[in-house]
Amino acid sequence: MATNHTILEMRSITKEFPGVKALSDVSITVLAGQIHAICGENGAGKSTLMNVLSGVHPSGTYTGDIVFEGEPVHFKDIRSSEAAGIVIIHQELALIPELSITENIFLGNEPGKRGVIDWVDAKKRALELLARVGLKDDPDTQIKHIGVGKQQLVEIAKALSKSVKLLILDEPTAALNEADSQHLLDLIRGLKGKGISSIMISHKLNEIEQVADSITIIRDGRAIETLNIKEDGVNEDRIIRGMVGRSLESRFPDRTPHIGEVFFEVRDWNVQHPQAAERMVVKNSSITVRRGEIVGLAGLMGAGRTELAMSIFGRSYGNFISGQIFKDGDEIQVRSVTEAIAHGLAYVSEDRKALGLNLIDDIKRSIVSAKLSKISVGQVVNKVKEYEASEAYRKSLRIKTPSVDAGVRKLSGGNQQKVVLAKWMFSDPDLLILDEPTRGIDVGAKYEIYGIIQALAAQGKGVIMISSELPELLGITDRIYTIFEGAITDCIPTDQADPESLMKSMTSAKKKVQSK
Amino acid sequence: MSEETGSAKGGFKDLKKIFGGGQSDLRQFGILFSLIAIIVLFQYLTNGLTLSSGNLINLVSQYSYILILAIGMVMVIIAGHIDLSVGSVAAFAGIVVATSMDSWHFPWPLAILFGLVVGVLIGAWQGWWVAYVGVPAFIVTLAGMLIFRGGNQVIGNANTVPVPAGFTTIGAGYLPEVGPSTGYNNLTLLLGLVIAVAVAVKEWRARRVQQHMGSARAPLWVSVLKVVLQDAVVIYATMAFAGGRTGTSFPVSGIILGVLVLFYSFVTRNSIFGRHIYAVGGNRLAAELSGVNSRRVNFLVIMNMSILASLAGMIFVARSVASGPQDGTGWELDAIAAVFIGGAAVSGGIGTVTGSIIGGLVMGVLNNGLQLLGVGSDRVQIIKGLVLLVAVGVDVWNKSQGRPSITGFLMRGRNAAARSSGETTTSPASQSSDITLNQEKVI
Repeated sequence: MATNHTILEMRSITKEFPGVKALSDVSITVLAGQIHAICGENGAGKSTLMNVLSGVHPSGTYTGDIVFEGEPVHFKDIRSSEAAGIVIIHQELALIPELSITENIFLGNEPGKRGVIDWVDAKKRALELLARVGLKDDPDTQIKHIGVGKQQLVEIAKALSKSVKLLILDEPTAALNEADSQHLLDLIRGLKGKGISSIMISHKLNEIEQVADSITIIRDGRAIETLNIKEDGVNEDRIIRGMVGRSLESRFPDRTPHIGEVFFEVRDWNVQHPQAAERMVVKNSSITVRRGEIVGLAGLMGAGRTELAMSIFGRSYGNFISGQIFKDGDEIQVRSVTEAIAHGLAYVSEDRKALGLNLIDDIKRSIVSAKLSKISVGQVVNKVKEYEASEAYRKSLRIKTPSVDAGVRKLSGGNQQKVVLAKWMFSDPDLLILDEPTRGIDVGAKYEIYGIIQALAAQGKGVIMISSELPELLGITDRIYTIFEGAITDCIPTDQADPESLMKSMTSAKKKVQSK
Repeated sequence: MSEETGSAKGGFKDLKKIFGGGQSDLRQFGILFSLIAIIVLFQYLTNGLTLSSGNLINLVSQYSYILILAIGMVMVIIAGHIDLSVGSVAAFAGIVVATSMDSWHFPWPLAILFGLVVGVLIGAWQGWWVAYVGVPAFIVTLAGMLIFRGGNQVIGNANTVPVPAGFTTIGAGYLPEVGPSTGYNNLTLLLGLVIAVAVAVKEWRARRVQQHMGSARAPLWVSVLKVVLQDAVVIYATMAFAGGRTGTSFPVSGIILGVLVLFYSFVTRNSIFGRHIYAVGGNRLAAELSGVNSRRVNFLVIMNMSILASLAGMIFVARSVASGPQDGTGWELDAIAAVFIGGAAVSGGIGTVTGSIIGGLVMGVLNNGLQLLGVGSDRVQIIKGLVLLVAVGVDVWNKSQGRPSITGFLMRGRNAAARSSGETTTSPASQSSDITLNQEKVI
């Protein structure tokens, strides 16, 4: 397989939306049998570029040429680009939860004659495809019964079923834990060996450094530079510099922690799965938080991190079995979200869009939504106070919007997350539980979010931060708990922690530690 | 926007504010425009009959109960549900109240109270199934539609039950004649005066709040023009209602409607409970994680609908002087149509009381105008169906194009021209690029 002929060339692509130039004169070249990464901050135009390529924005709505395998192409929809062998896998998976793996793989592309599906053939081919992506599940399993990591593999199997030549992956590992991510990256690398090229959009720069052959950096709708990972010696700092147009001195703001007394404690917490009563999702877990302290909670996806956090936050997950919560030395009862908020707890969900925000609402109403009583007289909301409160957060958190009257849907991921943080800061919490607060957020906004978290700690609030990214936890926390299969396995001061030992505690229950 | 620029865009945007077109109200603006267009059209086609005293009075008393239903229905729909039972609940409450006066000799004020209690009980029953058992409102109220229609016929033996004269006031009564003889109904004149002053005071207060919040204020002339236009409508309507046939004036049912509109607009816009309805309809899980008791919200919204339905049923019975087995047939569909024409979203979270009232008026004026023209009820139904389809279709299409309303579409060229001239405004189209760009993901 000759690896140096060009499979795709996009020349001078310019795409305008009403009032905005999303892409301006962008050219990229992808060589056959390579993994080409595209990097850029949120809103830089990466997704638009891929939508142009895959026919989501049909030929004629943009200017510039696309040459695929030496032929100029004019895709009018996704079907025509797929027919040519370009398959895009979106960030939000496009699988139907109620259908089986087989049905999903062949959805829209069902094998059979005259509209009658040949299920025997379909299943046979599904098994072959699953073997190629290394998935051992029964192809009759419903999608809703398999994890996100496996769902991502099914998406790839689906792409392979369409005899893909160029695979486009938009943030493929955003929702995956480290083990699943690694498996996926290995798979993409394996496909490359079989002649399938990939374009990969990712915020995880270490992954790009690890698997990509070349990288194009996009900023403000322009292709800033294209680098060869090996020849140009590209590393994370080099990519960040290209993305933000300056080098970030450090990825985490400086901070001197001022840690006080233990003020919040969860003791022997046990929670049952809401549907399967025999499954304990949180087992005998105990956690303490001091004033002004940022506590990390490290665990693989499915380890019970979110379940622990949400069950503490007003029993909003699972069936509570036993355990006690102490705040300022007294035991408190937190049986509902309302009680949790009244006791000064706040929970920022990992799923901003599904659980954090009402996307059809505007910024000012979202910010005050967790504690309307604060700006109300009796049952009546004072709209002037609402405006003033939200305006204050817009300024202090630097939420990028012309007005707090704007809808939250229009904001970028980072700014949406700032709105969620503002919402919980407005509720005057003493303890904030932040579940993956920087997921799907670009580098610049992450830095700002870290700054906000540190400022909260500096005010004497306690913070519990859940994250899948160990560098992040090591960079910002004071102490890290590890959780494995619903049980706390270790508790290490951050300055004594390293990724290897953390990963060990996150994947085995050997070291039983009573946290103190 | 504060300075009075002569630019086309500035002028147009200010003009929009005359119709209350803040950014979030743009959907209503389009439908209000349609209402005015329909009124003008029928006024022309009927040679002035549409806006005559007699017809306006007739219009209000004929549609007040549908509009009362629309108020409750929009709240149900904002919360993400639907209520199919309102027609049957209205009929059930109607027959129970009529029977209470006819057979059990309740005095009529007690009977009205009794009717409301019936509404509360029915609402609690349906609300309990929806909120606490978790049966979809579509099913619960479909069942209710059958149950209470049957209940009406059981209690009334499928016959009509007459109601006494005192009771008919709430449906067929008018503001009484008091004070000196002016050739007009004095109370109606007074009501008109109060509304005219209230309109001006409201605008003045809105300007003060805008000034305080530092948001874009329309120039003073826009506010003045807005008040003048609104008051012109109020005065015209006042004279029409006050100067009708002797013995008629503004209907009592219209006053009940007006009070309910004011009250529920305030509740939905300004109260914590109102916020919670929108939050639950927009994203129930997010609302629950913000401390909203979504079950309680659902329960109260469904219960409120049944209370308003029983009120509407009583007004209808009062107007027709008897309760019958076919009362309220198809009302649920009229109310639902009004709400959707008024800009509510099928998926919940979006809608306003004012919008739904305007939507209901569009249907009402259309119905009334076609009747005046002698169009048969068969054809009227076809036209109403098409209007509903087109109104919501235009709304959906506009949204998919990223435009808020039909007028936004008509003015597209002007906006684009203003944009290219480099004018910076607060319009969503000219927000900084990285914000607008994220729309690409929504597609």
